[in-house]
Amino acid sequence: MDTAAAVIVSMMAAATPLLYAALGELVTEKSGVLNLGVEGMMITGAVTAFATATITGSSAIGIVAGAAAAMALSLIFAVLTLSLVANQVATGLALTIFGIGLSALIGQGYVGTPLDALPKLDIPGISDIAFVGPVVFGHDFLIYFSFVMVGVVAWFLYKTRAGLVLRAVGESHDAAHAIGYPVIGIRYLAVAFGGAMAGVGGAYLSVAYTPMWIENMTAGRGWIALALVVFATWRPGRVLLGAYLFGGVTILQLHGQGFGLGIASQILSMLPYLATILVLVLISSDRALIRLNAPADIGKIFRPAS
Amino acid sequence: MLPRLEPRSGVSAAMMLLTPAIAVGLTLIAGVIMFAALGFDPGRALYTFFVKPVSTLYGVSELLVKATPLAIIGIGLALGFRANVWNIGAEGQFTLGAICGGGVALALHGVESWLVLPAMAVAGILGGLAWGAIPALLRVRFNANEILTSLMLTYVATLLLSYLVHGPWRDPDGLNFPESRMFEDSALLPVILDETRLSIAAPITLLIVLAGWLVLSRAFLGFQIKVVGQSPAAASYAGFSEKRLIWTTLCVSGALAGLAGMFEVSGPIGQLHPVVSPGYGFTAIIVAFLGRLHPVGVLFASLLIALSYLGGELAQIELKLPLALTGVFQGMLLFFLLGTDVLIRYRVRFGRRGAQIALPQGG
Repeated sequence: MDTAAAVIVSMMAAATPLLYAALGELVTEKSGVLNLGVEGMMITGAVTAFATATITGSSAIGIVAGAAAAMALSLIFAVLTLSLVANQVATGLALTIFGIGLSALIGQGYVGTPLDALPKLDIPGISDIAFVGPVVFGHDFLIYFSFVMVGVVAWFLYKTRAGLVLRAVGESHDAAHAIGYPVIGIRYLAVAFGGAMAGVGGAYLSVAYTPMWIENMTAGRGWIALALVVFATWRPGRVLLGAYLFGGVTILQLHGQGFGLGIASQILSMLPYLATILVLVLISSDRALIRLNAPADIGKIFRPAS
Repeated sequence: MLPRLEPRSGVSAAMMLLTPAIAVGLTLIAGVIMFAALGFDPGRALYTFFVKPVSTLYGVSELLVKATPLAIIGIGLALGFRANVWNIGAEGQFTLGAICGGGVALALHGVESWLVLPAMAVAGILGGLAWGAIPALLRVRFNANEILTSLMLTYVATLLLSYLVHGPWRDPDGLNFPESRMFEDSALLPVILDETRLSIAAPITLLIVLAGWLVLSRAFLGFQIKVVGQSPAAASYAGFSEKRLIWTTLCVSGALAGLAGMFEVSGPIGQLHPVVSPGYGFTAIIVAFLGRLHPVGVLFASLLIALSYLGGELAQIELKLPLALTGVFQGMLLFFLLGTDVLIRYRVRFGRRGAQIALPQGG
């Protein structure tokens, strides 16, 4: 594999956890709910997937378990914010604090345990072609599936009736309620989907990207995913673009020392976080762009007038 | 008959004070279930977690040592949260305070003067303030969400500290460990109780609580904060500047977090480490909510949460329980608090909607 192909392949792997988490959060936010607990759901997904994969010997079961665990966590958020009308910002933060603690608790027996990485596609002859082989035909199935999910989310939101209803709920829950749509029920589903996707993103970290369990291994990726949704102005296609951009920044940081830049590793590690701030500033400063694209009722509490 | 929520005519003051107690009770019940599930005697585990740490005078002093940063940070955050300004990056502002305060201590190494500590405190405050001012600038000038920017800056601050203690600030006489040299006595906070780590930071915390309470109840700033939090529209009609409030609350909470960071390195730690905080900046968010976003409430909440830190450490030593349990307890407590807080604005009713009206119609 030549250097260019290696860089692209590692960029794709770095982008994939962000892509899953951000896609899920996009759907949640489109329904008008701001779940700041992505980091907590990702880390719970990561540890559950790792533990399950270690016990069962199956990465696939691990990934499903990771998604389920993160979804369970997101349902706590849903009950608190949707049924018990708690503040979404505070509840999201609680979810992150809880998730980080819980994951360390579950994972304490798994630190340092080895796990085989998710197998990569290997078509004899084709996967060996220079550049095209590794870049197009040399990934694990979660990377291919992430592309499918970008298409599915875009199709669902903009081409289906259910997607239209979900967006309507996010734009004006009072209007949607008046027409007779079950606002709370739809938001429950959107939050659960966001949770499952964050779980898959976390699972990708622990069973494919770096197949091991380290406390706090998400290292802020859940928060970066939240920023990506803003960067993408709530469009699935642009989430893909943003995630790959951030994958690139991560790789730049990882390979920075290899290129002999002579910059301390800690300074290079700041890059993804500084890039997130820069990107947020660039997109958010266009207030009209945000106003046009952000779901109008995001973060607002809905209580049906009885 | 499903329970349903019925809006109260106003905010229930009784529930404001009662729900934290209910939440603590529910957390303890959940703790019993969790300990039993992990295979521990729940009674002994709860005793180790919540009673034994404060059964000695030294334990109580340690409780105050841990509560100090939580209370100082929590008061700043509470002011911002009331005005719907979500500073989530107190951990970073705390770290910057530690870096700046500690930097002054290292720069003045060998200087024996009472001015060293005040200089460190000013540097710590300015460092935290600067780190809080960045999200304020980005929010006011560029409309960037302060939750995400302040949080990203936390990671940057932690990495900056790590860089400094691994590189330029590493102890020249040390064994290559990533830590600075020990601070001189002139750069250490005076201890007020012999044989403990309790320093003058504790009484200063009480002064900050008093100041916070005065600001909130007597000052025009506190009035503006409360109005903005309860009715942004009314605040806008009254001509209160939202931008100025964002600046003020982020700078004040940043400055307080910075001071707490400086206290931590010049008090219990006494040097710069790669890790100067067991998550005080994040835990202070829970402290602020548990304390009802009120400075006096924050003081009591900080003691309770400090106990969960001590309990976690003791449970790790005595019962071999993982330290992560502390985070689980803290997260659960916030969950239960947010869940029961519904009772402040709503009452739970059983029975069918409008059952009272149905009766006369039936007769």
